[in-house]
Amino acid sequence: MNSLTAEHFRALFDPRGVVVAGASTHPGKFGFVALHNIISQGYRGTICATNRDGGSILGIETARDIESLPSDVPLDLVFVCTPAAANPDLLRACAKRGIRAAFITSAGYGEAGPEGRNAESDLVALAENLGILLAGPNGQGVVSTPSSLCAQIVAPYPPAGHIGVASQSGNFVSSFLNYASHSGIGISRAVSAGNAAMVTVPDFLDFYADDPETSVGLAYVESIADGREFANRVQAITERMPLVLLKGGATAGGQLAAASHTGALATDDRIFDGMCAQMGVARALNVEEAFEAAASFATQPLPKGPNVAVMTTAGGWGVVTADAINSRRDLRLAPMPDDLKAAIDTKLPPRWSRNNPIDLAGGETRDTIPEVMEMIAQHDDIDALIYLGLGIQSNQATLMRSGPFYPDNGLERIVAYHERQDERFAQAADEISISTGKPILTATELAVTEPGGVGPSAVRATGRFCYASSNRAVTALGHLYQYARWRRNRGLS
Amino acid sequence: MRTPERAGSVRSSVVATLSETESKRLVAAHGVLVPDERVAATALEAVAAADAIGYPVVAKLCGPAIAHKTERGLVRLNLRTSHDVETAATDLLYAARPEDGDVTILIAPMLAGLRELIAGVHTDAQFGPCVMLGVGGVLAEAIADVVFRLVPLTEIDAVEMIDALDSQLLLGEFRGEPAVDRSALAATLLALSALAETDKSIRSIDLNPLIVVDGKPFAVDALVELASAETT
Repeated sequence: MNSLTAEHFRALFDPRGVVVAGASTHPGKFGFVALHNIISQGYRGTICATNRDGGSILGIETARDIESLPSDVPLDLVFVCTPAAANPDLLRACAKRGIRAAFITSAGYGEAGPEGRNAESDLVALAENLGILLAGPNGQGVVSTPSSLCAQIVAPYPPAGHIGVASQSGNFVSSFLNYASHSGIGISRAVSAGNAAMVTVPDFLDFYADDPETSVGLAYVESIADGREFANRVQAITERMPLVLLKGGATAGGQLAAASHTGALATDDRIFDGMCAQMGVARALNVEEAFEAAASFATQPLPKGPNVAVMTTAGGWGVVTADAINSRRDLRLAPMPDDLKAAIDTKLPPRWSRNNPIDLAGGETRDTIPEVMEMIAQHDDIDALIYLGLGIQSNQATLMRSGPFYPDNGLERIVAYHERQDERFAQAADEISISTGKPILTATELAVTEPGGVGPSAVRATGRFCYASSNRAVTALGHLYQYARWRRNRGLS
Repeated sequence: MRTPERAGSVRSSVVATLSETESKRLVAAHGVLVPDERVAATALEAVAAADAIGYPVVAKLCGPAIAHKTERGLVRLNLRTSHDVETAATDLLYAARPEDGDVTILIAPMLAGLRELIAGVHTDAQFGPCVMLGVGGVLAEAIADVVFRLVPLTEIDAVEMIDALDSQLLLGEFRGEPAVDRSALAATLLALSALAETDKSIRSIDLNPLIVVDGKPFAVDALVELASAETT
């Protein structure tokens, strides 16, 4: 619909009031689950519901139809759980009521054969005439943390943040929201486009790009109707915000026998990959990489150049991280600047690596890690820092705390010290990143093995992502740098 | 906001192929470097052409219906004397088949370069015309170090395409040869993009190999396929 405005999207994402059409008393039905999720997650606007038989559901006094709802309540969004056949009349009544957006969970449309396809295009035409934004049909719902809105028929409700999710698959919305819940890196808006009958994934992303609540787009797409149009749309988006894309399946059209050599080399994936590079899209190869790239865009500044320093408290981690950086063509293991070497010499006994990776080799005392981290990050020849070794101290503290000697033998004091130190280190990584404007990525497997431990929790408390391994941090940093370079090459600030 | 099912072009099975000479003339007009070549109708004309260009030369049999010269043995390399040229030209004219149509002999300088690239245009069913750059000439498919971008390319797109190849060592100074002139290579890619953008009948272009001579990429062979008039 060409007449879709930001007003329509605000009606969907920040409605003053929501009505669940087809609310159910049966806790297994969508019409119950949607109402439950909206109420239980503390939606800030007015909640109404309709039910054919009336009565109270979850404390909401339902109306028998839209017309019977109290007229003085502002309603912007209808969440539709009614059967497909009932929906045209429902939309007409909603339009009369001033409702500007409808999320249709109902199935039986385009996914259900020729009759469904006809019903779908009829419904879209009707919604366009009525001036209603129609999301779905056959979608899981919409989440919008600025309004504490969890209008979806599935879990979870994620923490608030700045990642805007749009997906052709509702399950991938759930995946991304689960990662958000686990990592603490939150979501601004999330929507399952369902059949995308009127509003497509690029349409949602386009709204996100101007949305002050959203700083990065995260999308899953499978089928692209018109590749050229898609490319133009995403370029207009990446000029305004970073966009991470996960692509499922081979593109339609496939590869036909080609007479030319160029044709023989032209696989769908290579062309899609080239399109992403050209349009500044961060293409992720799997769901973890997609979420972690988006989480990095949401929580780290963009690096100004490719030079990465690795700071580690133990040798092997640094070596493997250097390998991961060296195996890429975009990032570079920064050569060790002489003046930085001399500066670190004043803080550490001579057994430290005196090279990048900067291996402290166990020579650190109470303040060494924050001090050396700051020296590295402040250096002009360093564009980004990967910090390894967080959690060693608090992990030992956990063992001591749960052992038979705690709190005696001085354990109480040392445990508290260890835990405090890891908290300090995580805070230092955050504060130094802010003061230098450079990305500092903290990686430890404790992020998945002990997610509730002091180290990972301290990283989360600063609002940053705790990477589960250094190579995943390197991959995420690669996405940040590629996007920064794409912008710089095109004169975009 | 839903877009039409397929706004891109419809792939046609009926395609017209330009001869090597016509293909080269077309791409050269847009800025692709091609060798200094002469067309000869007879063996004697071929010798005169070779004398003018300077030895060694290459002789190829060309015709509008001949697409795969190497497979048919219609390319004779490294001809060092007028006698070599005369013999080769006579053989090539004898090898022509009736279905090849009007044939000519193409005489070209024997370009020496260790590095062969491939570049071209492909019309994708979903994304429309794309420019390709790859490494390897005849080995391109096995090496599979290729990069695509959608038409139209900007200058920065062309530069980034070259940067995106994995085989960067091959683009630097190499075994006594100077580094590949990246701006000349970018100009080749931009020429392909401009050609695909202005001439909508182009289905594909192959510049294969692009031989790097003194850093500059020369299209030693070129093949342009056009959608025939009745199918687009």
